[in-house]
Amino acid sequence: MYFGFDNISIAYGKRTILEDVSMEFEKGKITTVIGPNGCGKSSLLKTVPRTVTPVKGSVLFEGKDLRSYAPKELAKKIAYLPQLHTSPADIDIRTLVSYGRYPYKRFGSGLTAEDRDIIDETLELTGLSHMGNRLLNNLSGGEKQRAWIAMTICQKPEILLLDEPITYLDIGYQIEVLELVRELCERLHITIVMVLHDMNFTARYSHRIYVLKDGHVFDYGHPDTIISHNTMKDVFHIESQIIRDGKNGCPFMIPEKL
Amino acid sequence: MLRKNGRDSFLAVAAVFYFRQKGSCKMEATKQKFKQTKAFKLTVIVALACTCVAATLVCMAVGSLSYTIPEVFQALYDTEAEARLIVWNVRIPRILCGGMVGICLSLAGCILQGVMRNHLASPSTIGVTSGASFVGYLTLVALPQYAHILPVATILGSFATTMVIYGLAYEKGVSPVKMILSGMAVSAMFGAFNDIIRTFFAEQLGNASSFMVGTLNGRVWSDFRMIIPYMVVGVAVCFLLPAKMNILMLGDEMANSLGLRTERFRLFLIAVSSLLAGASVAVAGLISFVGLIVPHIARLIVGSDYKYLFPASIFLGYALVVICDTIGRVILPVGDLSVSIVLSFIGAPFFLYLLRKKNVA
Repeated sequence: MYFGFDNISIAYGKRTILEDVSMEFEKGKITTVIGPNGCGKSSLLKTVPRTVTPVKGSVLFEGKDLRSYAPKELAKKIAYLPQLHTSPADIDIRTLVSYGRYPYKRFGSGLTAEDRDIIDETLELTGLSHMGNRLLNNLSGGEKQRAWIAMTICQKPEILLLDEPITYLDIGYQIEVLELVRELCERLHITIVMVLHDMNFTARYSHRIYVLKDGHVFDYGHPDTIISHNTMKDVFHIESQIIRDGKNGCPFMIPEKL
Repeated sequence: MLRKNGRDSFLAVAAVFYFRQKGSCKMEATKQKFKQTKAFKLTVIVALACTCVAATLVCMAVGSLSYTIPEVFQALYDTEAEARLIVWNVRIPRILCGGMVGICLSLAGCILQGVMRNHLASPSTIGVTSGASFVGYLTLVALPQYAHILPVATILGSFATTMVIYGLAYEKGVSPVKMILSGMAVSAMFGAFNDIIRTFFAEQLGNASSFMVGTLNGRVWSDFRMIIPYMVVGVAVCFLLPAKMNILMLGDEMANSLGLRTERFRLFLIAVSSLLAGASVAVAGLISFVGLIVPHIARLIVGSDYKYLFPASIFLGYALVVICDTIGRVILPVGDLSVSIVLSFIGAPFFLYLLRKKNVA
């Protein structure tokens, strides 16, 4: 297995959130995990930076348990962007992005010329070159999110995990961020795993979808098969119409009622 | 001369704050841009370093017996000089002790505000103040014949208290909020113990409670030799760790995924700051207020990047304590006003100003 979860169970105290969840993510594809609130999507992603320790099971990368990697080595392979990020308000975009080079840094040394080139490249790629010295405090939500994604790209990861990357953004920025994610996947061949709440964006930007419900994997597959009347009914308890979005080549879900 | 010097620097600081708030939008924008540049930050740090040197010289010269700067220089290398006794044996150790205490406390505060991601974190948050005073009282009451080991006991006491607080807050890792709350609870408990000791053993304590009031009066070379190793460790930390500190500021999840072992690093930082602050308390008593305000002033001037924040705090801490101590030394016609009192008179209004400021999160 390239990257995935192997029989993971997560519990907070006595409450079991996830039980024996296994997932496998295809290399170079965008896979989205969907499911109702509290189904354990975020907790599952958090097992990767080891913020959440599973009571059972393991995360596998290239066939090996994640715990067998040194933290910095892992950070060069897998990047993770939490839903909420905190940072000092008075640092500029460039400084934030440069933090992505941390795993490559030798103890006590500064940024190398190579680091600087990579930072420049990343700023270019994420469309932030012209505002590298603007303070995080003075950015809009969308710009901020792009800066954070740029930071994770600076890690030069093979895999990028995004926990609800568009939750606090308006629709324009939502599309902007997701287009960026798609571009990262297509141009840099980064494997993307993300958690989303918007069914239609999920349908449009994912290659594969995992559906979580009641602590188990409910379904897995291509958006065409997953975004269906039955999934919406069984997982989210809503009636819906599914129509075809011909232009984007994906299903489009219109929610009806409970 | 000193008073004028002091007043000028206050005016300068006041002016910076004034313009920060009142500057027109456009001015604000250009100024903001300039304030972000490396050049500005490095200039500030160099200026602060110069202030330290100047403050040291001036403070060696002024006092009940005033000397000129050339006389002070002469006293430094000529053992027969007239000013030698006072300058070399009395003023220099006192100034250097004050400076080291300033450095240690501001570094401790700087680290802790980062570790706890909280503006109000200071050495007292991790129990240094309560631990030190509790062990100090205990030593004075239970083992009065060992009063000379008070400094060592103080350092050990504050370090042990910090570790107890850390242990109490630990549950699959320590969250900053839990640590702050446990710190408050443990400090309150030790405060009660202290009150009990003070109530029942008032006689034994006599006037020994003076170690509670932070002062640099009568500090000698041996005090300086005691604190210097801690200061060296502190400064080494500030040269080697800014990158890690900056990563830690991104939050545990982000820092973990960037390959930083946050829990281990946090414990290390807490231990270092506890030792730094403990050593200061051992030398100068409770003047930990420095640890709260110096990092804030430094942050306002050079921003939160630890690459600049550490050196700025070091120099600011040194200068502030040395200058305040000298003000306390010369402001009264007779006798000393202890440094902690002068610091509080200057520090408290500044702290109130911070509270009034909108962007204090």
